Amino acid sequence: QEKLDMSTYPVESIRNFSIIAHVDHGKSTLADRLLEITGTISKTDRNKQVLDKLQVERERGITVKAQSASLFYNHEGINYLLNLIDTPGHVDFSYEVSRSLSACQGVILVVDANEGIQAQTVANFYLAFEAQLSIIPVINKIDLKNADPERVEKQIEKLFDIPTDECIRISAKQGTNVEKVLQKVIEKIPPPQCTTADPLKALVFDSTFDHYRGVVANIALFGGEIAKGHKIVSAHTKKRYEVNEVGILTPNEQPTYKLYAGQVGYLIAGMKEVAEAQIGDTLFLYKQPVEPLPGFKSAKPMVFAGMYPIDQTEYNNLKSALERLTLNDSSVTVHRDSSLALGAGWRLGFLGLLHMEVFNQRLEQEYNMSVILTAPTVPYKAVLSSAKLIKEYGKDQITIINPAQFPDKLSVSEYLEPTVLGTIVTPHEYIGKIITLCQDRRAVQKDMLYIDENRVMLKYLFPLNEIVVDFYDALKSLSSGYASFDYEDAGYQSADLIKMDILLNGNPVEELATIIHNDKAHAAGKLLCERLKETIPRQLFEIAIQAAIGKKIIARETLKAYRKNVVAKCYGGDITRRMKLLKRQAEGKRLMRKIGNVEVPRDAFIRVLKRETDK
Amino acid sequence: WPYCRKRCSYCNFNTYVVPAVDEAAVRACLVREAQTLLRLSQVHSVSSVFFGGGTPSLASPGTVAAVLEAVAATAHLPAGAEVTLEANPSSTSTSRLAGFRAAGVNRLSIGIQSLDDTELRMLGREHTAAEARKAVEAARGLFPGRTSIDLLFGLPGQSQDAWAQRLEAALGLCDNHISLYQLTLERGTALAAQVQGGALPAPSQDLLADMYQTARTVLASAGFRHYEVSNFARKGALSTHNLSYWRADQYIGVGPGAHGRFVPWGEGGCSREARVQTLEPVAWMREVQSQGHGTRSRMVLSSLEQLEEVLSLGLRTDEGVTHERWGHFFPQLSLQAVFGAPGEGRALQQQGWLVLDRGGLRCTWAGLAVLDSLLPDLLWQLQR
Repeated sequence: QEKLDMSTYPVESIRNFSIIAHVDHGKSTLADRLLEITGTISKTDRNKQVLDKLQVERERGITVKAQSASLFYNHEGINYLLNLIDTPGHVDFSYEVSRSLSACQGVILVVDANEGIQAQTVANFYLAFEAQLSIIPVINKIDLKNADPERVEKQIEKLFDIPTDECIRISAKQGTNVEKVLQKVIEKIPPPQCTTADPLKALVFDSTFDHYRGVVANIALFGGEIAKGHKIVSAHTKKRYEVNEVGILTPNEQPTYKLYAGQVGYLIAGMKEVAEAQIGDTLFLYKQPVEPLPGFKSAKPMVFAGMYPIDQTEYNNLKSALERLTLNDSSVTVHRDSSLALGAGWRLGFLGLLHMEVFNQRLEQEYNMSVILTAPTVPYKAVLSSAKLIKEYGKDQITIINPAQFPDKLSVSEYLEPTVLGTIVTPHEYIGKIITLCQDRRAVQKDMLYIDENRVMLKYLFPLNEIVVDFYDALKSLSSGYASFDYEDAGYQSADLIKMDILLNGNPVEELATIIHNDKAHAAGKLLCERLKETIPRQLFEIAIQAAIGKKIIARETLKAYRKNVVAKCYGGDITRRMKLLKRQAEGKRLMRKIGNVEVPRDAFIRVLKRETDK
Repeated sequence: WPYCRKRCSYCNFNTYVVPAVDEAAVRACLVREAQTLLRLSQVHSVSSVFFGGGTPSLASPGTVAAVLEAVAATAHLPAGAEVTLEANPSSTSTSRLAGFRAAGVNRLSIGIQSLDDTELRMLGREHTAAEARKAVEAARGLFPGRTSIDLLFGLPGQSQDAWAQRLEAALGLCDNHISLYQLTLERGTALAAQVQGGALPAPSQDLLADMYQTARTVLASAGFRHYEVSNFARKGALSTHNLSYWRADQYIGVGPGAHGRFVPWGEGGCSREARVQTLEPVAWMREVQSQGHGTRSRMVLSSLEQLEEVLSLGLRTDEGVTHERWGHFFPQLSLQAVFGAPGEGRALQQQGWLVLDRGGLRCTWAGLAVLDSLLPDLLWQLQR
């Protein structure tokens, strides 16, 4: 491939920007149009979500991995280099969003002309605002029947303090006014403030793994220049690499001779794992270290779930599928785990529920693996007070991922649970129901304000574990889909946590133990007992199914004994059939798990532990 | 005899409702197959004959006579051998029954099912309670002490009280043998579909258990011996034929869908086989006509499989599995060695479900009712 010469684009002719919006407001469609107008891609009907390369992205209509594209545009005689950085819109990926933004000097804020400002519009706006970026508000989907751009402009003015005449009304689908947006980008967004005279300072804002060439890192240069043969160092890992290739994305890889300060593109430097090119990392030249760019942090998992193969014979297949999938997603944490019922497996950490669902879907689609997902848990913490345990763990504060590790109350001075600050935007008729829902989830209201005559924005502090299972679905359901939700990490708070055990005839079932807040224990215990009662088959004696906290029983169901279980007719014609059935049952005995004297079939656990999915 | 006039709502047997039956052809095939299989088995003496179906009482006495003659001619049929015919109340006029007796039948099993007209309608039966009574009377007249009635319990919507009444009514008119079956809702039957769809209530497990226990108690007080899970007899009127199933003796099945267990010495076999005849009557007749018998499948039973049958069937009876019978199939290890050693068998004895003593291995009164919960454990132990 012919290499491009990027030196013909001085810093003044460069604009780095991102498009931010709430889910489905048209971010990716606008990106498609911009690519077309600038000739980066040819105009055809098939340009839909061009930047969304993953199958799961295309199916769900979401952007999961950030991509970038360099566009060339001539305006009033000058050739401009416009670097568009596409961002994930979902809250689970807000860290990626903030890193992408730090490579920009401005954003296009897209708002749906009918839906108006939604929770993520707000969240993303604040990210851009705090990063002091120029903001170009764009009102999209004006072609639709219910569009009300005037109302939305007023919302924008009220909430974001941006004058209504700065808004551009467009239809990304039809292309209306999209060129105006490009011109505004050139006029309003400043060029990057950096110079090639400075030493190299590059921000990694994404990376992917290519089997033949290794890690491909998306970078933005804040100073200096970079080319093949340069020796660079990662500020985070301190490892050294030699650059093999640099280039820009149009949106496919286009190698160049060099990349200069202010420019955005990719780099290949012999890195073998994406963990070596983490998002937010700074790269510099070997002999010229620089201050690392601020804001780098390791991805913090918010939701944990156990993942087990359907059958232990599939263990190795699942293991290699996980290894390959995590090559491209360094934000998933993986720990080996095992359960008496389900065998050997893993406990995986995800950035959020969507992240987990997308991961699971990719496992199915790309690796053809079906797995058992156990209920998600969150990383609780305990502040130890027992000298013995402190010595054992080597520190006085531990993170508890598996209920089996839960330290007893006597050894702990405080339990902590992770919390999030959630933003809900809803039409006012649902306020009552939503407030009740939030209270039910142990949330504390932090703010409430009307963003226009019809809609309210609520901010609540939620314990994370109350969100992870089905809060979003409940919210959508009771607001007929109109309410939107976004959240961000808000640290830890003290919590009255307990470990709830499940007992069968007095014997504890290890794999069903859960860590739960005291207030919720009774309801959860009752539900588990009821579910177990339905899945365990009757036996020759009565079975007491109990939920307990320590020695105290908090819920109970009884499974009565069989008093009659014998086939009525057994003559010549019935015997063969009966023998088959009996022999199958005898075989089944082998697969039973015995808890005390109670026989529990393996799939009883699976059914009780499985995440409730709404598919 | 694989034909019925109509299919009852709970029936999933291999039976056919056809507008006309070529009785002569069917008769000829039954005769031919009986002869062929008797020769194959090289059996010397036949201890009992059972005419089942379908509705055997729809066949003519001539057919019954022809089959019995063929059996007597090919092997030896002792004078006192039990010959049973299953009958429906709607085809049991006195004259008809007399015809069967003349043909050689000496025992009658009548499918009463219920003595309540509403219940009979739900079951899709062809007769009324009154007709059923008349049939039993007629039968007792011709086969005194050798008449058996079939009864069903656990019908959808049937209460404990209703069942108690049925029992009493049945006791009032029965002879010396009652077969009592818990209604099983088989997939694909009309009755099962009704319950599944919610049109009829499904009886609870506990109610069924209560009904069974009531029946056992009431029949015991009336002098009946509960000699098999579903069979009760007094004054020694046990069914010889059925006992041979549960004792794992040899039996030959003749006719569409019939099952057999015997060693086909005549074919060069030397092991006990499980055999089934072709199910569909037309296909079966063709095979019998061309090859002498219509055997659809034959499978050699391994010693383990035979033992499993001995155990699973024997434990259904009050006599259980005797040491002698066990030794006949498994001389290497005694019952004591297998089930008396520490293991599932012993645990079940300790829990009061089984007894192992000089008489052999058998269920206790409570154990019999939950036999299917005991057997998987025992079979698993036996396999090891």
